[in-house]
Amino acid sequence: MFARPHSDTPHLTITVDGQPVGAREGDSVAAALLAAGVVAMRSTPVSQSKRGPYCMMGVCFDCLMIIDGVPSRQACMVSVRDGMRIERQRGPRPLEVDTEDSP
Amino acid sequence: MSDTSRDKVTEAGVAVIGGGMVGSALAYGLAKRGANVVLLDEGDIAYRAARGNFGLVWTQSKGDGMPAYAAWSLASAAAWPDFAEAMASAAGRSIGYEQRGGLVFCVGDAERDQRAAQLRRLHNQRDDAAPVATMLDRKALHDLMPRTPLGPQVVAASYAPGDGHVNPLYLLRGLHAAIRRHGGRHAPGAAVTQIVPTGGGFTLTRADGAMLRADRIVIAAGVATTRLAAMVDIAAPVRPQRGQIMVTERLAPLLPLPASALRQSAEGSVMIGVSVEEVGLDTGTTVKELARMAARALTVLPVLAEARMTRAWGALRPMTPDGFPAYAQSSTYPGAFVATCHSGVTLAAIHAEALAPAILAGRLPDGFEPFHPRRFDVRTAA
Ligand SMILES: Cc1cc2nc3c(=O)[nH]c(=O)nc-3n(C[C@H](O)[C@H](O)[C@H](O)COP(=O)(O)OP(=O)(O)OC[C@H]3O[C@@H](n4cnc5c(N)ncnc54)[C@H](O)[C@@H]3O)c2cc1C
Ligand code: FES
Repeated sequence: MFARPHSDTPHLTITVDGQPVGAREGDSVAAALLAAGVVAMRSTPVSQSKRGPYCMMGVCFDCLMIIDGVPSRQACMVSVRDGMRIERQRGPRPLEVDTEDSP
Repeated sequence: MSDTSRDKVTEAGVAVIGGGMVGSALAYGLAKRGANVVLLDEGDIAYRAARGNFGLVWTQSKGDGMPAYAAWSLASAAAWPDFAEAMASAAGRSIGYEQRGGLVFCVGDAERDQRAAQLRRLHNQRDDAAPVATMLDRKALHDLMPRTPLGPQVVAASYAPGDGHVNPLYLLRGLHAAIRRHGGRHAPGAAVTQIVPTGGGFTLTRADGAMLRADRIVIAAGVATTRLAAMVDIAAPVRPQRGQIMVTERLAPLLPLPASALRQSAEGSVMIGVSVEEVGLDTGTTVKELARMAARALTVLPVLAEARMTRAWGALRPMTPDGFPAYAQSSTYPGAFVATCHSGVTLAAIHAEALAPAILAGRLPDGFEPFHPRRFDVRTAA
């Protein structure tokens, strides 16, 4: 669906849900994934419908992903790094509760 | 039908000036009772609390010093379930309304004692009425919300079973749709710059030069109310009071009941509020207030430390000198009304169901007397 305007090949590798994907220095995570044909980057908290980047400039919050273990980061605003771990975010995010509440 | 330059409304039975929370609720209440209504709204550049508020439908703490206001808020909360149903039907979707009770958390014993004393004071002003809110200790809170990981410093909360919350943007959408459904006209981008009483009616001039004649007018322009009200000889002092709000990403259910300054929306976002600042016409945000609000929220729900904040904004409450609503009809120019308040979400139901009919009847009944803004003249004269 998207093609890179220049022919130089991706030389960084990131993983998306464990699968390696090529990326280039200077790509945002969202751009790298779109170039690699990954369009759906999360499912929504309420209706679980699929979403991908829309504005590519940090405004719409449709591109949220888990990046290096940190959930709900805007994939269009984060630059790729070699070895970065990207995961699709599914549904609402639970917050970890360590201890049971005791009155 | 919305207004365009080709299609200007030139005549109306009632022109409501201001399409925020108060004006929209009144226009709906008027249109539904058959009035020929046009709702004139300044639009996107205006200060619009209707689009920046916290969304509580709230009765506890209301009316300290004016029992009529406490009763008015309670009457609105009682009217809310039916009103919410009408709004959801007009909006064509849920408006996120829930009325399962609301909380004010107390951090530490001093806050608890203070809150309990305030509730007693409020209750004593309303003899023969049942208490609006009661105090819950930590154990009762746990029983009420066993899965909510409250911070250890939360020792108690006040609890009002009639309190609730709503998505204010869907509410506004419902109001505007309902106005249209009942034949009313909504004109965005229609700031009113001048009101001239003419022959038993009123001629309004818009910023774009268009003119409109109305038999009756209602001024409900939020923080812009004072200047417009003066044109029909009503002194209605309103100042802007800023509140900042921040919102987290959508999270799995965490807080089943709304609380003062902390609620989780139906969609999962946690809203953290709300500052009280006297900064004039400034809708900005400040790190200082946001940090203070976040720290308080973390004391109540420490687990929020992991949540990501997505947005923050400031909005301006229309505030009268004593904080209570102001409703009046001009005695110099009968047919001109003013309505303003700082809890327009809470009061939306009663505005539509009790204030609108009174405006339509042409007379605010005696029960509205405590809300007349002439009380502020007395204060300055004294
Ligand atoms: C941060 C914050 C949190 C809040 N939380 C709550 C809450 O939890 N519960 C609650 O009940 N209330 C809450 N409120 C208060 C509530 O939002 C207001 O009481 C309510 O919006 C007031 O309604 P209004 O119509 O008077 O003013 P607004 O909603 O501000 O609307 C005024 C309207 O007048 C229009 N206007 C201005 N000048 C003109 C003109 N010359 N001609 C035509 N139109 C004009 C503007 O376009 C605007 O749409 C909160 C407010 C703030 C700021
Ligand atoms: S694509 Fe809109 S915020 Fe990332």
